[in-house]
Amino acid sequence: MTAPDVDGVALAVFAAFFVLVTVMGFVAARWRRPATLAHLDEWGLGGRKFGTWITWFLVGGDFYTAYTIIAVPALVYAVGAYGFFALPYTIIVYPFVFAVMPLLWREAKEGGHVTAADVVHARYGSRELELAVAITGVLATMPYIALQLVGMAAVFKALGLHGELPLVVAFIVLAVYTYSSGLRAPALIAFVKDTMIYIVVIAAVALIPAKLGGYAAVFEKADAFFTAKGAGGLVLDPSQYIAYATLALGSAFAAFLYPHTLTGVFASSGPNTIRKNAVLLPAYTLLLGLIALLGYMGHAADLKLASNNDVVPALFKSLFPSGFAGFAYAAIAIGALVPAAVMSIGAANLFTRNFWKAYVNPRIDHAGEARVAKVTSLVVKVGALLATLYLPTQFALDLQLLGGLWILQTFPAVIFGLFMRWFTAPALLAGWAAGLTAGTLFAIADGLKPLHKLVLGDMQFTLYVGLLALVLNVVVAVVANLAFAHRPTARPHGT
Amino acid sequence: MNQRKPRLLWLLLLLPYAGLLWVPFYNGRTPELLGFPFFYWYQLAWVPITALLTWLVYRGVRDDGA
Repeated sequence: MTAPDVDGVALAVFAAFFVLVTVMGFVAARWRRPATLAHLDEWGLGGRKFGTWITWFLVGGDFYTAYTIIAVPALVYAVGAYGFFALPYTIIVYPFVFAVMPLLWREAKEGGHVTAADVVHARYGSRELELAVAITGVLATMPYIALQLVGMAAVFKALGLHGELPLVVAFIVLAVYTYSSGLRAPALIAFVKDTMIYIVVIAAVALIPAKLGGYAAVFEKADAFFTAKGAGGLVLDPSQYIAYATLALGSAFAAFLYPHTLTGVFASSGPNTIRKNAVLLPAYTLLLGLIALLGYMGHAADLKLASNNDVVPALFKSLFPSGFAGFAYAAIAIGALVPAAVMSIGAANLFTRNFWKAYVNPRIDHAGEARVAKVTSLVVKVGALLATLYLPTQFALDLQLLGGLWILQTFPAVIFGLFMRWFTAPALLAGWAAGLTAGTLFAIADGLKPLHKLVLGDMQFTLYVGLLALVLNVVVAVVANLAFAHRPTARPHGT
Repeated sequence: MNQRKPRLLWLLLLLPYAGLLWVPFYNGRTPELLGFPFFYWYQLAWVPITALLTWLVYRGVRDDGA
């Protein structure tokens, strides 16, 4: 499994940090020790008591994933400015979180809900709509977990570890401590992960441009590359304006509908914790913007890459001393563990509450729920591991793209009800089905690209297919709601 | 803080959307700042601006218990 290109120092540093977080993962079961972990509120939501700082590390660690750190610079490296849409996306997501998520937290807390599908079921009394939201959540999350493994594999490759064994070992260790400690494990590990990532990125953006002749030189080299290639560039082509803006907006609306991000929100101690986090989480966005620039630094350093995804590891390898490169790789690999753990917990919560409890054993007690969720989290992780080992990576990428489109279709069911009770369950279900089907068909017809070209008369523009599907979703829901004779409107919920 | 006009305060949250979704406004190279073309530093600048705007709204609404 090891090859001659293994760097001993880097590998030793990497291994030391990996062992450290493994120990932390198991110790986490005792951290902020509850009376019992045999309750889904404890195992799956950490007791809903995480304060501002724990939430900041947990949501930051779980939203800005290892895959982000690998893929965003890779896209910027390949196409330039267009890849930067992740920046406006992760800025405009926070005013939305600030305004909306405290209301959702309150509704979940008051009803004892663990998942978005629980909230929807209680609000609309519809098992069908609940199931639609739950299935969408699980389907959207599975490929996301697989992509964390892709991020980890890129790091193992840079360390000179080939073959599948390192990945299998890392994931089994992760699966076991998530099983025993629940959400407390990634919450505790997130402190280490995020601190390491901040150190790596600050070092990278300070040191690497100095070695490459400054930022002006970095941008200049990247510009020369795109000019020679005849595609991409440091600024957008006017035909990309709408694509750029709709990708940012659609991604921002989808981001906090995923089970893993919602788990972080529900696990927090209250509305003001969430609001404070909406103010503080943009610190990670600044980091992301700087990470994205690593793509241009790849051009300035004249890297020759087999795959765009290698740009960040290759940059660290060629410009950092090997001990610090090992530290940086560990940061990325641990950066994969935190979201993978939270994603599997989020998916397990959905399965337990909205499938097992709804259809298999409605009279399940709290300890039983925790047991089912723990086993499910194992199954989910093994499934993602097998998918990564036996299916082409492209399959996970395509599914993750579709996953974003799908999860966005739960927006009306999950969010609209916070502000109005006009919509009925059948109408929301019809909208969900229409958006999901049409969006998937568009995406497949476009060769699994996120952008769809729309022609209206002699105008044509290209936009994010997920947002297009959401518009269709809402239109269908409104029409269906008007068509079905519906109950008298209840007054809006909340204040 | 002053809670007499909390609703107007909420409008501050729309500014980042206006600033970032009107792409042609910032899709240029000049003026540069510290070697960064305008496209890049403009968007990066919206990170602290958004945090500040959100904090202003937070100060105004945190006690209303909503």
